[in-house]
Amino acid sequence: MPRVVFTSNLQRHIRCAESSVAAGTVGAALAQVFAEQPQARGYVLDEQGHLRKHVVVFVDGRRVQDRERLSDPVGESSEVYVMQALTGG
Amino acid sequence: MGLYVGTKKGLFVIEDGRIGAPYFLGDPVSMVLPDPGEHTLYAALNLGHFGVKLHRSADGGKSWEEVAAPEYPPKPAGSADKTPWKLVQLWSLESDGKRLWAGTLPGGLFVSDDRGASWQLVRGLWDRPERLEWGGGGYDHPGIHSIAIDPRDAKRITVAVSTGGAWQTRDGGASWAICAKGMYAEYMPPEQKFDQIAQDVHRLVLCAARPEVMWVQHHNGVFRSTDDAKSWQEVTAIRPSKFGFAVAVHPKDADTAWFVPAVKDECRVPVDAKLVVARTRDGGKTFQVLRKGLPQAHAYDLVYRHCLDVDATGNTLAFGSTTGGLWLSGDQGDSWRCLSTQLPPIHCVRFG
Repeated sequence: MPRVVFTSNLQRHIRCAESSVAAGTVGAALAQVFAEQPQARGYVLDEQGHLRKHVVVFVDGRRVQDRERLSDPVGESSEVYVMQALTGG
Repeated sequence: MGLYVGTKKGLFVIEDGRIGAPYFLGDPVSMVLPDPGEHTLYAALNLGHFGVKLHRSADGGKSWEEVAAPEYPPKPAGSADKTPWKLVQLWSLESDGKRLWAGTLPGGLFVSDDRGASWQLVRGLWDRPERLEWGGGGYDHPGIHSIAIDPRDAKRITVAVSTGGAWQTRDGGASWAICAKGMYAEYMPPEQKFDQIAQDVHRLVLCAARPEVMWVQHHNGVFRSTDDAKSWQEVTAIRPSKFGFAVAVHPKDADTAWFVPAVKDECRVPVDAKLVVARTRDGGKTFQVLRKGLPQAHAYDLVYRHCLDVDATGNTLAFGSTTGGLWLSGDQGDSWRCLSTQLPPIHCVRFG
C-alpha cells in the first residue's frame, strides 16, 4: 500500500502521523489521511482543495504536476511525501 | 490591563511594562484581538507554508485552541473576477461583544456567530460589482484592514479597504454603500482623483463616545468625518508630514487623535530620521509633534496601520515599529518609554 509521509515542519503545528492508504492518486491518498486527521487538511490544501502555494508533494521523489485536481498517479508501493516548499519561508 | 503585540515571530503580552515570553514563537501573527465581551483572546497566524490559522485562548494565552479560519467559496465558472478566491491573510478582527468580524486579503469580510468556530463570507459586500475595481495596496490583492463598529448599534459598521475606499452597512452587513466622499487620491489620473473606489485608506477609526466622528490616515493625507462618513474633510495641519499608516482616536474625546507620520511613498521612514507622534486636541486644526522619549537620530522605524493603540481611558498609548521598537506613554503621548528596540517586526499592537 502507498505510504503518506509529512514533513517534520508540519508536525510542529499539528500531529500528522505517517499512514498507509489504499489510493491510486495523490488526491485520493490525501483524502484518506484527512478523513483520519481532519485538522491536517487546511495545512496542506487551501479552501478550494488545491495544494497550498508553498507546499509541495513528491511521489517517489518526483514533484507532483497537478496541484489543483491532485490527479498524479500513486503506485502500490509509492511514497507520497508532503513538505514545505523553499518559497514562502 | 494587558498590551498585546503581534509580530513576525510570535505574540508578546506586556503587563506592567514587562515583556512576557512569546506565544507562537517563530510564527507570524497578523492580528490579535482581546475580546472583553467573551473574555477570549484571538490570534491570527499567517504561516508561510501552511496558510492562515486562527487560535483562541480563554485564559489569557496560557492555553490555545485552533478554531476555523475564514474560507472563500468556490469561484463561479466564467466569473470575470481576476481575484483568487483564496484566503491570503486575516488582516483585521473586531468584536461587538457577540459577533466576530474578520477583514481579509483578498478583500472578503467574514462574520462569525460562534466565536470563530465557523465563518460566513459577507456576500452583501463581496458581491458588490464595484469590488472588481478594488486594487492591491502594498499587497497583490485588496484587503479590508479596518472594521469600525458603532457601539450604539452593532448593525452599523464602516470598513475600509486598501485600495477600495470605505464602505458602510446599517443593517448588519446585508447591504453596503461606499462612503469615501471628499477623499482624493493625488496618485491617480486627474479624472479619477475623487473616485471614491480609488481611495487608498490606510486606516479608519471612530470615536467610541461619538461614533459619527471618524478619522482616516489615507495614502496622501489625513481626513476626518463628523457626519458618520457621509462626507470627509482633509486635515491639512498634520505635521511633520501627511503620509503614514496608523491613527488612534481618544475614546471619549472625538477631537483628540494621534498619528505617526513618515516620509511618503517609497521611502517610508520617519522625517529626518526622527521618530515622532503627531497629536491634535482640536479636531485637526492644530497638531503637537511629540518626541520626548522617542529616538531623534537615525530612526528608521515605520509604524504600520495596526501598530498604534490607545486604551479605554484615553491616557495610555502604545506603538510598535517595523524594526521591533515598542513604546508606551501614560500621558497621552507627552512622553514615551521605550520597552524594546529589538522585538521582531511588529504587525499589531492592542490594549485589552
